[in-house]
Amino acid sequence: MTARADGIAIAVRDLTKRFGKKKVVDGVSLTVTRGEIYGFLGPNGSGKTTCIRMMCGLLRPDSGSGTCLGFDILREGDAIKRRVGYMPQKFSLWDDLTVRENLELTAQLFTMENRRDAVGQVLENFGLAGRARQRAGALSGGWKQRLALASCVLHGPELLLLDEPTAGVDPTARRDFWSELHGIAAQGIAVLVSTHYMDEAERCHRLAYVAQGKLLTTGTAAEIVAAQGLHTVTIRGPRLHALAKKLEKIPAVEQTVAFGTALHASGSDRDSLLRAVAGALEGGQGLEPVETSLEDVFIYLVNRFWANCELR
Amino acid sequence: MTGRECTFSLLRLWGIIRKEFLQVKRDRLTRAMVVGLPIVQLLLFGYAINGNPRNMPTALVLGEQSQFTRTFEAALRHSGYFSIVGTMDEGEASAALVGGKILFAISLPPDFSRRLLRGERPAILVEADATDPDTIGGAIGALQGIAESVAQKDLIGPLAQLLGPPNAFCIQIHKKFNPESLTRYHVVPGLMGFVLSMTMVMMAGLALAREREHGNMEILLASPAMPLEIIVGKIVPYALIGHVQVALIVAMAMLLFHVPFEGNPLALYVASILFIVTSLAIGIALSSLAKNQLQAMQMALFYLLPNVVLSGFMSPFAGMPRWAQAIGETLPLTHFNRAMRGILLKGCGWADLWPSLWPMALFGSIVVGLSALFFRHTID
Repeated sequence: MTARADGIAIAVRDLTKRFGKKKVVDGVSLTVTRGEIYGFLGPNGSGKTTCIRMMCGLLRPDSGSGTCLGFDILREGDAIKRRVGYMPQKFSLWDDLTVRENLELTAQLFTMENRRDAVGQVLENFGLAGRARQRAGALSGGWKQRLALASCVLHGPELLLLDEPTAGVDPTARRDFWSELHGIAAQGIAVLVSTHYMDEAERCHRLAYVAQGKLLTTGTAAEIVAAQGLHTVTIRGPRLHALAKKLEKIPAVEQTVAFGTALHASGSDRDSLLRAVAGALEGGQGLEPVETSLEDVFIYLVNRFWANCELR
Repeated sequence: MTGRECTFSLLRLWGIIRKEFLQVKRDRLTRAMVVGLPIVQLLLFGYAINGNPRNMPTALVLGEQSQFTRTFEAALRHSGYFSIVGTMDEGEASAALVGGKILFAISLPPDFSRRLLRGERPAILVEADATDPDTIGGAIGALQGIAESVAQKDLIGPLAQLLGPPNAFCIQIHKKFNPESLTRYHVVPGLMGFVLSMTMVMMAGLALAREREHGNMEILLASPAMPLEIIVGKIVPYALIGHVQVALIVAMAMLLFHVPFEGNPLALYVASILFIVTSLAIGIALSSLAKNQLQAMQMALFYLLPNVVLSGFMSPFAGMPRWAQAIGETLPLTHFNRAMRGILLKGCGWADLWPSLWPMALFGSIVVGLSALFFRHTID
């Protein structure tokens, strides 16, 4: 009950899960507050999905503990399932059922009362009313994702766990989806969403970044960027690939990231970074100091993580 | 507030059952399996299989033309087993036998009549294609009778002394339950179990594997639905489909093949439902071990093959070696076949059926338990 009062949606400590010999999730602890959108980031295979499955009671952690909406994730999975909306990575509703039938089934699975009204309302809210009689399998990617989200919120959950909800969805549909999410969060519902998109990460209230099952950092986007103390310059001009090769050998340049027509070079010490890059430039190439982006930081974090792994 | 608010919900169960029915209704292949499979199987097995074949192509190799050879030829034709394609010489007949053009070559030696009259007991040589021993069994049995009837017809008057004394006793055969030895009386009731195990094991298995493959299972498991609701929600719709199949097969058996229905309809119902639920549970247990629909299908075949071979559906159960019978006794199809043949052909009562019913019930409860256990395991 205390957890419900103080507005904490998820509080897990040291979650660990092995599949065979592989540690998929390794001591992850995080706290998600009600009304916030919590971004869950990390490379493919970093254990995001497994983490989410453990939080909603689908998987039992090997060790660790925690609560979800104030219920123990180890012992009170049923109570959690009732109050959580979980959207798997892959579209997992029934392809051969219509949009309405899928929502009706969800309403039945959650033993909702006045199901007809609730389904009608959600169809309306998500703009699905015109497609209610269409088979879910025949919907386009964007509409499938809307349906999946509609089915997630139908039973009025207090927490949404969304596993890469926008993978493979076009930019317009993604933008609509995110404004939908902000509307949901504004009602005081906690949202934990995993994603690979940096623009989406920047729309989250807070973020966590995992790699190889380990939590590397948490905080707001600004906090995460600031914590690494990185300075970045962007370089434009021809032959950037060759320049990147050259810069990688200079100690003051800790990382280079290619961004289409520009190259980002980052380092901890601003002056030596500027001097080193300026000295390496060739004809037609120009540099300009910029703010370090979230993407620069995440690449930096992963590289450093791997370097540490190798050292050990 | 506690975490244990979960109770079995009829609403959830109904939701899952309705979903399953909608899927069956919309999948043309599944629909075809429900009705098409029993009809096609029944027609094929009922009409095409004959374990006691007649009109088999036969060549005569006649060393002489006499009153006796003519009577013999007529008797062969009359038996119904032999269709005489012509007379050949020895070489032709043996080539035809190798080439599969004829199944029998019957040779009478040149001086057959003369030696017969001299009382030398001349031999008639019957060469038969015994590659499939079952094919020729009935015909060979009939030959003995043919020889006797020919002898009695032609060896009359003073020749009657050649017949020799009659046997001191005679054998009376009563072919009970299927006096005309009609294969379909045997095959059609057996087919019911075959069709049911095929459709039930496969449909339940495929339906569950499909839900796992498409990720639907994750939605079900992340919802408040209990594993029991999910399993019962799978069994109920397909059990109803099984009922339709039983009704269809029994109706076709009686109307089309005139298979008798001597026994108690209630007994047939009880045996059927036991078998249906057992088969569905097997399908669910197998698909719990399968990663996708293809694997579920392969496992279903691995299960069905020994069932077909060892249950006495295709070949006589009594003819199998002891170890094979022992395995056969553990299979539900064996018991279901016995029960069906007993109910339809023999008019067995409850007491007669009990030895077939309890093993099915036992097997069924074990498999239902196992399927629940396996299913639980798949959550991780």
